[in-house]
Amino acid sequence: MPAPAAHLKLPADLVACHECDLLQTEPALLPGQTARCARCDAFIARNPPDSLDRTLALTLTALVLYVIANAWPLVGLDMQGRVVAVTLFEAVQVLWRDGMMPVAALVFGTAILFPLLELVMILLVLVPLRLGRVTPRMAPFFRLVRSLKPWGMVEVFLLGMLVSLVKLSHLATVILGTAFWATAALILALTFAGRAFDTRLLWQTPLSDEAAGVLVTSR
Amino acid sequence: MSRRALTAREAGLLSCHVCGQLARPPEGAVHSLRCPRCRAPMHLRKPASVSTTWALLIASIVMFLPANLLPVMTTTSLLGSQQDTIMSGVVFLWQSGSWPLAAVVFFASVMVPLLKIIALVYLTLSVQRRSTQNLLQRTRLYRLVEFVGRWSMLDIYVITMLVALVSFRGLATIEAGPGAIAFGAVVVLTMFAAMSFDPRLIWDPLAGRSTDPHPAHHD
Ligand SMILES: [Zn+2]
Ligand SMILES: [Zn+2]
Repeated sequence: MPAPAAHLKLPADLVACHECDLLQTEPALLPGQTARCARCDAFIARNPPDSLDRTLALTLTALVLYVIANAWPLVGLDMQGRVVAVTLFEAVQVLWRDGMMPVAALVFGTAILFPLLELVMILLVLVPLRLGRVTPRMAPFFRLVRSLKPWGMVEVFLLGMLVSLVKLSHLATVILGTAFWATAALILALTFAGRAFDTRLLWQTPLSDEAAGVLVTSR
Repeated sequence: MSRRALTAREAGLLSCHVCGQLARPPEGAVHSLRCPRCRAPMHLRKPASVSTTWALLIASIVMFLPANLLPVMTTTSLLGSQQDTIMSGVVFLWQSGSWPLAAVVFFASVMVPLLKIIALVYLTLSVQRRSTQNLLQRTRLYRLVEFVGRWSMLDIYVITMLVALVSFRGLATIEAGPGAIAFGAVVVLTMFAAMSFDPRLIWDPLAGRSTDPHPAHHD
């Protein structure tokens, strides 16, 4: 590997837009301010006040709500005195038994597994950070959080549940379960946690002189 | 004084898609590069972006037909048995008077996948032609495609809840149909297609042209 020349060192506030690649200086942000790309208006950085504590509190809240949303029945149906109530996991099991394995797997992943993994990974990253232990070991967890994010679809699931209840309302009496309300609250907690999270907190450790400005070649 | 807008690529820099770190690749090394800060693999652009997007788009177009033509569920009740496609489910909601929900389901299940495929075909073609027209509008279109894509999962969740709840032996049962698998495949394939498209390719044809300086702004 060629030795890096001193003039290759880059200013710390220089960033490239993720959507149009324009190089620009990230402005110093006051609490609550958001920086956007000068050319394409893409999100660059946010400075949410009290980010670490708020994100931790909201993520822990979300984890509790997640447990309630999955342990209790979502909705029940009363048809001429016969009552059927299901939890989310039972609903997935019914699909699986009906021979709809790909659909069951899709629902299990997007509504149960990925949201949980995302919450756990965020905590694995944030708790050491809160305790003042910043290690490069948490980087893979954060990469996992980022790649899982598009696949957690709790809010779409809640709307889908509402549509199915409207379809059934003329057929039977609908009973909203504890987990239904927990799911609604979970969506709020997840949204606010996402807004409170300043990802720049993760990358505050200064780079070693040798690493700054050059790429590391693996093997 | 006017300075040319410079992209990271023109400056010979790679930006990390996870932590945003900029780095200069060592001479000649282009493969298996890792971010000096978070160790994520680094690429100038998403690898094989255009061909991967095309492959996933063609696969989703192929699945789009069975998704809309095959029944997504079968309802068996005292009145007999009835098969529903995505579209007949929308018609049912409309006729039973819940037209706002009918509009939501129609938009999420029929319009979003269709418009998403059309938009991605347009974006990929325009990138291949190295068009310099409507750069900002195309970037916004891409953001819209990424944002609304997940809402197509709506019908999968509706089917899941209907199948799980309506299981009154002798009175009424609902079973999922093969159309649901094809529909789930369309949603997943179009999401992967949107992820494999690199929006920076939209701006790449501008490289080398002279424009106004672009300091980042904040709001
Ligand atoms: Zn930009
Ligand atoms: Zn990185």
